[in-house]
Amino acid sequence: MIEEQSIVKVGMADLNVVQRSGVIRTVGLGSCVGLTMYDPQLKVAGMAHVMLPSSDIAREGQLNIAKYADTALPALLDKLLKLGASPSRIVAKMAGGSQMFVFVGTGDTMRIGPRNVESCKLKLAELHIPLIAEDTGGNYGRTIELDVSTGILYIRSVQTGVKEM
Amino acid sequence: MEVFKHFKEFKMDVLKEVGNIGAGNAATALSRLLDKPVDMAVPKVQLLSFEEISEKVGGAEQVVIAIFLRVEGDAPGNLFFILSPEAAKSLLKRLVGIPPEKDDGLFNEMELSALSEIGNILAGSYLSSLADFTQLSMSPTVPALAMDMAGAILSYGLLQFGQMGDDALLIDTTFLEGDHEVEGQFFLIPDPDSFAKIFQSLGVPVDHD
Repeated sequence: MIEEQSIVKVGMADLNVVQRSGVIRTVGLGSCVGLTMYDPQLKVAGMAHVMLPSSDIAREGQLNIAKYADTALPALLDKLLKLGASPSRIVAKMAGGSQMFVFVGTGDTMRIGPRNVESCKLKLAELHIPLIAEDTGGNYGRTIELDVSTGILYIRSVQTGVKEM
Repeated sequence: MEVFKHFKEFKMDVLKEVGNIGAGNAATALSRLLDKPVDMAVPKVQLLSFEEISEKVGGAEQVVIAIFLRVEGDAPGNLFFILSPEAAKSLLKRLVGIPPEKDDGLFNEMELSALSEIGNILAGSYLSSLADFTQLSMSPTVPALAMDMAGAILSYGLLQFGQMGDDALLIDTTFLEGDHEVEGQFFLIPDPDSFAKIFQSLGVPVDHD
């Protein structure tokens, strides 16, 4: 029997995990950051589509923890640990955080991409997870896909095609 | 976000009228530019999840051309003018006589600059009619043009709503040039706090949702 490659989708401001085989993907990353955590030995992977840098600015009643870098990363790590991943083996990769539009003289809102990247890096350092690859910045959108069996992250963009890391 | 779920029909109608006036003026501007009639669909005002907003233009991965303006002033918000690459080519051909070089979906600098200017004119007329109607000051930033995945582009319009929830209230107007070769969409996403100002300026009571 042929095993069908399963695709786990991660929406905007969402996070999910996948085990053993299949791919986990998120589409249309602009200023958002797609962050993956992976345990190569156990072959479990998690992905978060982070939209905003910090939950300090949240004005919502029910906090969506997947939306903010400072809350999504610990939540994602927690999910992986529950599946048996070892904190010492987990490595992270990330992509996105671009600046699609550049305006002169507008405040921090438009710099949201770089801020998302910075915030993710800070949180990773706090959680002691090494960032082994990143493709961030620029002014274009990305779709990313992590193959759980290999740990390779595929990054697709309109202008530059597919890149792997 | 609860607030927006309880907007009465009447308030939705007011917002539709806002979209109608803005896009109506933009359609008139486009019609003058093309010297052809331009039709417009009845505006839709909907509270949509982030994913659903991308679905409106064919999904988060769909390549679109967008002209984006941040609206500043009394009622800040985000305004997008969105075209498919095909529609953009056809618009360029009709308007400035730039024949498509190759049909590879790519645009050169000249074409992008022309599109940016067209977007600027249309978005400017959308916004100025809105400002006249509401008597609110609304000044656009210099428009920025991008051709990329819809999800990547539209997420910029959702940052303000993102702080409050996972939905955004969108005023969506589609317009079509006479023989339907050029189809475009206006998305107005006022910041969450701007709705009260818009209603107030139009004499809609804000207290009784």
